[in-house]
Amino acid sequence: MATNLNPVDAVLVGFGWTGAIMGQQLCDAGLNVVALERGPWRDTATDFAPGFAQDELRYMWRHHLFQNVSDDTLTIRNNVNQEALPMRHLGSFLLGTGVGSGGVHWNGQIWRFLPTDFLTKSHNEKRYGRKAVSGYDMTVQDWGVTYDELEPHYDQFDKLCGTSGKAGNLQGKIQPGGNPFEGPRANEFPTPPMPQTYGPTLFGKAAAELGRHPFPHPTGNMSQAYTNPLGAQLGACTYCGFCEKFGCGNYSKASPQTTIIPYLLRKSNFTLKTECEVLRIELTQDRKRATGVTYVNSAGEEFFQPAEMVILSAYVLHNVRLLLLSGIGKPYDPKTGEGVVGKNYAYQTMSSVNVFFDDKILNPFIGAGALATVIDDFNGDNFDHHGLGFIGGAYIAGMVTGGRPIEMIYTPEGTPKWGLEWKHAAAKNYLRSFSLSIHGSCMSARGNYLDLDPTYRDIHGRPMLRMTFDFSENDHKMSDYLTDRAAEVAKAMNPREIKLNRRTGSWDVTPYQTTHNTGGAIMGDNPKNSVVNKYLQLWDVPNVFSMGSGAFPQNAGYNPTGTVAALAYMSAAAIKSQYLKSPGPLVRA
Amino acid sequence: MVSKVNLQRRQLLVGGVAVGVAGAAAATTAVHDGELGAPPRTIRGSVPWQEGAADSPPAVSGSGYVYFTPVEAVFIEAAAARLIPNDEVGPGAVEANVPFFLDRQLAGPFGRGDHYYLGGPWPKGTPQQGYQSRFNPAQLYRAAIAAIDQYVSANLGAGSFARLAAQDQDKFLKQLESGDLKLGGGVDGKAFFAMLLQNTREGYFSDPIYGGNKDMAAWKMIGFPGAHYNYKDWVSRHGERVPFPTVGFKGRPGWTEA
Repeated sequence: MATNLNPVDAVLVGFGWTGAIMGQQLCDAGLNVVALERGPWRDTATDFAPGFAQDELRYMWRHHLFQNVSDDTLTIRNNVNQEALPMRHLGSFLLGTGVGSGGVHWNGQIWRFLPTDFLTKSHNEKRYGRKAVSGYDMTVQDWGVTYDELEPHYDQFDKLCGTSGKAGNLQGKIQPGGNPFEGPRANEFPTPPMPQTYGPTLFGKAAAELGRHPFPHPTGNMSQAYTNPLGAQLGACTYCGFCEKFGCGNYSKASPQTTIIPYLLRKSNFTLKTECEVLRIELTQDRKRATGVTYVNSAGEEFFQPAEMVILSAYVLHNVRLLLLSGIGKPYDPKTGEGVVGKNYAYQTMSSVNVFFDDKILNPFIGAGALATVIDDFNGDNFDHHGLGFIGGAYIAGMVTGGRPIEMIYTPEGTPKWGLEWKHAAAKNYLRSFSLSIHGSCMSARGNYLDLDPTYRDIHGRPMLRMTFDFSENDHKMSDYLTDRAAEVAKAMNPREIKLNRRTGSWDVTPYQTTHNTGGAIMGDNPKNSVVNKYLQLWDVPNVFSMGSGAFPQNAGYNPTGTVAALAYMSAAAIKSQYLKSPGPLVRA
Repeated sequence: MVSKVNLQRRQLLVGGVAVGVAGAAAATTAVHDGELGAPPRTIRGSVPWQEGAADSPPAVSGSGYVYFTPVEAVFIEAAAARLIPNDEVGPGAVEANVPFFLDRQLAGPFGRGDHYYLGGPWPKGTPQQGYQSRFNPAQLYRAAIAAIDQYVSANLGAGSFARLAAQDQDKFLKQLESGDLKLGGGVDGKAFFAMLLQNTREGYFSDPIYGGNKDMAAWKMIGFPGAHYNYKDWVSRHGERVPFPTVGFKGRPGWTEA
């Protein structure tokens, strides 16, 4: 029997980036907020101190900071004709857990989506015709929010993180050295771009020779010390090369820990509870209002936390599952195309090109999570797609996140994976190789969705989430085209040889790709095509807000965190300015 | 089934730290699991801070094998020597102490499958669905080694894998890798090979506190300088060799010489 707790104004389900942002915003507005995090407390000095942070085995391969799937995982399959089986070990994506969650072990790649990315259906249909957006069983749609509406909130996140970079478009004027394709920024980046190491520099030169437009990757790895508007101080990055998949011991990577938590925890109207997992959202009898959440802690005790507002701020896969487990919204049915919860699950379409030199020492171990020179010439609709047979694109990054030797030894085409030949290739190429990352969009498609698994259950007896996903033909064509464009730059770097790692075959759960899962609680302009409105408010239960990349109707060719954060800030602004005065739907259906 | 697997795992975790009061133990021990099994906490007012508390890595100790039987050790040493052979370019897996690393990994949380979901049912999956064995890694090694030696003695005219000539060992491992060779005892030979190769590389290239990468020789071979904290002065020195000596978490030999 659950113990009833004292009511609060808002309960946050999960305490990573969006939980910390919403906690800060709502507490500053005077609300009583409690955050429930199912993982442990984590802090820099205790959990990833510089004396032991650079541990590839423990953090990357033994998943020390990632979600432990031993008592709760999801099931996976490529299509509805297969039987979904459990993802028994993390691989393709590395789910976060604990305070800060993925915000602890992300790279710090801070992107804004293109203005046209928010108009995937209408823009592409207008330019390329109806079939361009409906072919290959695609189910893309417009977001119901525009870049211009989000810009002030992207700016808020940049200021929070101290994002290092160079603007390419300031208030409509193209700036030298930045990304000329980006949407207009109101302000320059808070800190200048990171100096680039040798590999990214060679990439930038080669790309410029080909007429592309290279620029430094916008990053939450600090190029210099920075104090954010909440008074949190970040130090300059030391390029240790243990950033993505690791916690930063140097307070140099923007994370909830380094930008918000010290400020938020001092507020008397905020409480954080760790090792507390929300089991379901409780509703009134007419199912139009949430009364709070029921959770269980690691001691096995169950509680009911009443709340005026429920903010789902866990990872996308958990948010969608909680909606399904709580019976909120109509589950999506791929056969009929009806229902919305779980609809339009999408991912990221990744490929890479390795470059090998004889005569250049690249020192790959000097790296940072978002240390890269990038071209955006072939992302979104930055190029003419007529005759190409696909929509979408990718950024191409000459990137060095580090030279961690278990994960990141590149060997030439045809090298065996073991034996003397492999060892010799590793010894010869480690210091002299480099990788271009092709970070592609993923268009939603009719057969890709999330629902509850009929067979497998978690430690609490709840059905696991079932993921049905494969890359569409649109995305394969996009990825092939983009990999060829990357190969052109790679060749222009004048290496000894290159190796293309194309995106081939069905989605495979084992090799790491990205932790950029999207959709399932998508946003839109009406309840028939979406779960939430543009303020991330549920159409069906207006005192529940669903944060995160679940709101993406399809995924753009960028890392999602910048957009996830901007959407959260926009939601918070609407809650503060409108919802608190008059609780109810922020958009009339 | 699901809860039973996890109950066992939690008992192992708790057993390892001699818990009195669960809350007090987690707050005072320097090493904790960091993931599951910690007590619930309510945090208000400030960032919690405790002097000396650190989630420092679990270094291995001792010598000799604690998980592998003598027969298994013979297989592991033979296979490791083929996966990464020794020569003048750099150490082989055996010379880098990888078999010892593997033994300690399998004897610990990894071997118990602490980050694997092992609940049933266990139908055979597609290649894209990844690891689908009922075995945890330690069980998989045990079952696979027995199945391999049995296969070799039944089909290849040698008493065990270790007794095959080096080139026949390579041929066998390639067939295991490709999935062409089917082992008995319900063992997925391809899954085992993938795990063995991955774990061998881990032992070869991870920090020496885990028992492999002896003398950091594998890092020295490729030119990785180890657990350095700051390369700022070298970011813009393009094309130069960074002259830092190789270090691990426990430093390097020069630090501790008399």
